[in-house]
Parts: sequence; structure tokens; C-alpha cells
Amino acid sequence: MLSSIRLLTPVFVLALFAMTISLAAKPDRVNTAAGLAAWDQVYAVLVSPRCINCHTATNYPQQGDDRHRHFANVVRGPEGFGVPGLNCISCHQESNADSTGVPGGENWHLAPLSMQWQDVNDRPMSSAAVCRAVTDRSKNEDMDGPALLKHHAEADLVLWAWNPGRRPDGTMRTLPPISHQEFVAATRAWVEAGTPCPKGR
Amino acid sequence: MAKYRLTVNGSEKTVDVDPSTPLLWVLREELKLTGTKYGCGISACGACTVHVDGVATRSCVVPVSLIGKREIVTIEGVGSDPLGRAVQNAWVEKDVVQCGYCQSGQIMSAVALLKGTPNPTDKDVDESMGGNLCRCATYVRIREAIASASRQIKGAA
Repeated sequence: MLSSIRLLTPVFVLALFAMTISLAAKPDRVNTAAGLAAWDQVYAVLVSPRCINCHTATNYPQQGDDRHRHFANVVRGPEGFGVPGLNCISCHQESNADSTGVPGGENWHLAPLSMQWQDVNDRPMSSAAVCRAVTDRSKNEDMDGPALLKHHAEADLVLWAWNPGRRPDGTMRTLPPISHQEFVAATRAWVEAGTPCPKGR
Repeated sequence: MAKYRLTVNGSEKTVDVDPSTPLLWVLREELKLTGTKYGCGISACGACTVHVDGVATRSCVVPVSLIGKREIVTIEGVGSDPLGRAVQNAWVEKDVVQCGYCQSGQIMSAVALLKGTPNPTDKDVDESMGGNLCRCATYVRIREAIASASRQIKGAA
């Protein structure tokens, strides 16, 4: 009897250890899954026209829901603010000009090329690729999770996406697929889960 | 209607207009500065270009309510600046103008280009002047005049 107990003890200890590992791992997996689900919501906003039109991989911004090239031969310029004689602020003021249909916001400019969310053929990048770019501190102006959350919650040009003003024909511009409140909540859930990124290219 | 105090070509002006009125129409209709032209009304042609705090700005799409305290310079005032004068001289020297309608906007954009880039390459000129259209196609002479103005500035420095 004693010998069988001695024989079983290592098995029991191993089983207990495995159970402990399993119980400890479960919340992480749940957390990651929830974080990835939250990222899906964040990604849906990032690739909406109000955001991605200024996150190009090319030397020009885009405009409209069909994301066509910005008219009037507008170019990116060395810092993303256009070029002398044809700056972004040649037209875009610090707020929307609804009487003329020109959108505006503080410090209107293109996102840096390191934050491109589309390829050179203007196709939106995959969820995994955008997530990698957004979380890469060498590309994202050194923002960690809390800084990303603050950026999504407070940055003027992010907020503009939910207040994009009227088109020249007087109709309202399309909004991102979820509200700003939902976007911030999704970002918070993603950040609290450790900013997980989907696998794949 | 609302009252706005504007600084235009160094002088203070007060206008009483609807806040949504584009700056272009304040300049042309209220202040009678008709050198700035209406071309397209949607910032696509550059004929209405003026400087707002030194930035080439399409006055047809900027409501007067968004100007604030920024200083406005139009084609009537740009010649008081040495660079502006150099560009106007180069325009005359190269006989750039054909019908002339777009040329005040062309000159205002060229001055802004040369302020930011005193020695522009052809690519710089293409990119900066790409939003200023000329139906007479005086583009070659515009390019020559910008190069000439650039040389004049260097010579004067």
C-alpha cells in the first residue's frame, strides 16, 4: 500500500502542476482573445476612409469614401505637410469649413510613412500588418499602450474622424463604423490585454 | 452678419459680412482688391491664392471667420516685399503673361515657393506650382521666371 502511494505521488504532483499551469494560462488566453476581438474593432476604424486617407504609402493623400487621389496635384512633402506654395493648410484650416466643404482640424497633415496602413497600390494592409505597425515603437513615435489609448481618445485629428463636416455638396461625410466612445473602449480593452496582434502577414 | 478686423497688405480693415463668406469675396467685394481672381471656387485652380501669415492660401475656400488675427497679403501688396518684387520683375522679364487671369495666383504661389525653397529644382517647381492651373499653358515661362527670380535673390544676397 505504502509503495503504491510512493509510486503514485510523482504522478499526483505532476497532475497538480499541470492543473495549476492550465488554470493560470486560461485567463491569459481569454484575455488575449478579448484583446484580439477589441483590436478587430480598432482596425475597422483605422482602415475607414476618414482615417486611412491620410495614412498612405504614397506621396499624396486621398479623399472621399472611394479613397481617390487628392485633387489639385497635392503632394506629401518632406514632413507630410505639403510643400511651400501648396501646403495642407493652403486649404485646410483649423476647423471644418462647411460653407465651402473643405474639412479642417488642428495641425492638418499626413501621417508619417512609417504609419502607412496601405500598400503602394493604395490597398489597405492586413489587420496583422497594421497592428504590427501601430505597436512598433520605432514607427509609432514611441507610443506604448497607454500612449496609444490617449492618442485615440484625445488627438485632434483622431477626433476629427467623428466630426468630419460636410462635403462640398452639403451632405455629411461618412463616419467610422463605430462611435468614438466605442473606439476608445475597444482600444482600452486591447491595451489592457497587452496590445495583442493577429498572427499572419 | 458679423464684424471682422482683418490685416490686409499691412493695413487694418473692418468688414461686416456673413461668417461663412469666403475670404476671396471679402477681398474682392468688400475691400475692392480685385487682383485676386475667382477661378473655380473649390481650390482646384489656384487663381485665388493669397498669403495668410505667409502661407499660400486658396482664398475661395477659406471662410473669413477662420482667418482670426493672421495677416493677409494679396497680389496688390506682395511687391512691397523684396522677394515679391523680384518675382514680379522676373514675370515681366520673361513676359510670362498671356491672358493673365491666373497670374496673380501663380505669382503668390511662386513667392511662397521661393520663401521656403530659395533654390528650387524643377521637381520643387512642379510640386509647388502643380495646383495653379494656366489655360494659356504658360508653364514653361513660369518655370523660367521662377529660376530668374531665384537668381535675382541670390545676386542680391
